[in-house]
Amino acid sequence: MSGPETPIALHRDAPVLIRNARLVDPEAGAVRAGSLLIEGGRITEIIDAPEPEIDAGRVPDRNRIDANDRFLAPGIVDIGVKVCEPGERHKESYKTAGAAAAAGGVTTMVTRPDTLPAIDTPETLEFIRRRAVEAAPVTVLPMAALTKGREGREMTEIGFLMDAGAVAFTDCDHVVTDTRVLSRAMTYAAGLGALIVTHPQEPGLSRGTAATSGKFATLRGLPSVSAMAERMGLDRDIALVEMTGVRLHADQITTARALPALERAKRNGFDVTAGTSMHHLTLNEMDVADYRTFFKVKPPLRSEDDRQAVIEAVRSGLIDTISSMHTPQDEESKRLPFEEAASGAVGLETMLPVLLRLYHSGDLDLPVLFRALALNPARRLGLDGGRLAVGAPADLVLFDADKPFVLDRFGLRSKSKNTPFDGARLQGKVLKTFVAGSVVYESA
Amino acid sequence: MRFDHRHLLGIDPLRPDEIVTLLDLADRYVALGRQREKHATSLAGLTQVNMFFENSTRTQASFELAGKRLGADVMSMSMQASSIKKGETLIDTAMTLNAMHPDLLVVRHPQSGAVDLLAQKVRCAVINAGDGRHEHPTQALLDALTIRRAKGRLHRLTVAICGDIAHSRVARSNILLLHRMENRVRLVAPPTLLPAGIDGFGVEVTHDMREGLKDADVVMMLRLQKERMDGGFIPSEREYYHRYGLDAEKLAHAKEDAIVMHPGPMNRGVEIDGTLADDINRSVIQEQVEMGVAVRMAAMDLLARNLRARPTEVIT
Repeated sequence: MSGPETPIALHRDAPVLIRNARLVDPEAGAVRAGSLLIEGGRITEIIDAPEPEIDAGRVPDRNRIDANDRFLAPGIVDIGVKVCEPGERHKESYKTAGAAAAAGGVTTMVTRPDTLPAIDTPETLEFIRRRAVEAAPVTVLPMAALTKGREGREMTEIGFLMDAGAVAFTDCDHVVTDTRVLSRAMTYAAGLGALIVTHPQEPGLSRGTAATSGKFATLRGLPSVSAMAERMGLDRDIALVEMTGVRLHADQITTARALPALERAKRNGFDVTAGTSMHHLTLNEMDVADYRTFFKVKPPLRSEDDRQAVIEAVRSGLIDTISSMHTPQDEESKRLPFEEAASGAVGLETMLPVLLRLYHSGDLDLPVLFRALALNPARRLGLDGGRLAVGAPADLVLFDADKPFVLDRFGLRSKSKNTPFDGARLQGKVLKTFVAGSVVYESA
Repeated sequence: MRFDHRHLLGIDPLRPDEIVTLLDLADRYVALGRQREKHATSLAGLTQVNMFFENSTRTQASFELAGKRLGADVMSMSMQASSIKKGETLIDTAMTLNAMHPDLLVVRHPQSGAVDLLAQKVRCAVINAGDGRHEHPTQALLDALTIRRAKGRLHRLTVAICGDIAHSRVARSNILLLHRMENRVRLVAPPTLLPAGIDGFGVEVTHDMREGLKDADVVMMLRLQKERMDGGFIPSEREYYHRYGLDAEKLAHAKEDAIVMHPGPMNRGVEIDGTLADDINRSVIQEQVEMGVAVRMAAMDLLARNLRARPTEVIT
């Protein structure tokens, strides 16, 4: 994935017209040919004609972008991106993550607080926000830790952190094991209307494991966790929602067994949503093969039956969002025996082409994909974007869904190159990414 | 005769004819080992390094003896004590080793897959002497040789493997090998000591020792690690011995000429009755140790032939 880093210069004060596009509208659940007009960073007009007649005095020539009948969709809102500032900037910085996001069509990164130290005070959050504005061309919305140091003992200053701009609270993969601590934090958060993101796992069962229980893990001799641990974690979190009334988002639902619990919670009217990751939608446990640590993620990759069930849940809307769960790790932390190796994979830049596999296989159509990638995450965070509608911010991605390429991990913009898709044949390329109407990425 | 492998990392990659090839060669080394002059020259001029990241006396000694009988220069390194404590990674260790130009590297490691990882990084032939709960191929091969010599064949036998299957690499390698050679494999263990997804391995599984041993030709006992005995996986040592310890009464359910095996070291009175273990009419535990040396000689010999068949510069 290469391309010039300097975006084209549009005339700043004049409107921008993107014509001859195929508009992916997740709200309407449709793709239609048309054009789109951007003014003041927002979408001001959507025109059904691919070649609308617009006065040259209104839109100057250099502000007319020919989409060449490619897809134009709302930019991706990625909940759960790890940028390794502060603490591990050698793995990823706001600059490199921002560049990767722009190249991947991610216009909003919702960042994780599992840094060193954790983002658990308004001061660290302020530092992050400043770094993000300086260095990243896309919108960065930080999440903050739910408990101090992500240690599961005392809640953070949820109110101050919200004032400082935290959009959600999470201890990431550190499950709060003390249910009393979690229930109090949730009760307090509910009073402020804060969104809490949990990692549904039964911590006793999952401790020290590196794979999902089953024939494959047994054959490889890896310590494994039953898929049921996810259901148990989710059941507990949902019970706490019922008890406290908090707004809850489960970061990753990856197993068939957890889905009925989620379905029941939604049917009962609880304010619960759930995400899943690009990896759990496109890979299964067998991909680990001979202990390939780039395929070690958290939770571990699941069975093919689970993967199919999760795809179906995204299609039906039971699972609301898809995230890259972008987790940069350097070579040293991955070049270890499987059990010792660090978990996680980078995904900002590869998410769209990887997920387009599901489009090409006929599993998910584009409006459904962008419902989970843009519309639903934006709604869950109370953002205005994620849609192709008049008045929405002009955060957009223009992409060619068919262009084939072989992924070379060393071409990725992230500082860390830990993708499981190195050498994979993929189809789909981001052509342009717009944030608030400005081009932040353009492919060669 | 074909044995087309650069390393011996597990039973999984081996074909039945390759297993037979290795066992046939091992038979010849058994004969050699019983002579006064035990020396052969297959590994003459080659350097064999034994790296044990986990305690082992028996396996390490067996590999050392096997290498010396074949004329290799053998060096054994106990890795728990050395650089690992100083924070050196496995990859660093591999790089250091490469600089010493060994030809054969024998590795034991407490983590599954660690030997595979090392094999990707070193320039020599690697033999897995046990990695985590994954595989212990030479143990399965020595068990196979012992069975073949005692029973006259290595197919269509009923083999009961009893004990801590979940944490045992010996069990995994044996299941793979015995299954590949078309034997009937029965696993006997309490449910807490059976790994997930075991029904997918083409084995019969039972929690009842008498049922599991019924008409078995071979009874293979596994060692139960001390740390698993107290309430974590089984209620107590004595309850385990009562239900799963091999004694004459339980063995009576097996065929009259059934042999008793154990990879050692034994916990007498936990998984096996002491008298039974010493019964030379039933127990082949001593033979297993002897076969171990022969099988390891055969394995290293075959890998060394492949090494020598390659031009030096190709071995990168």
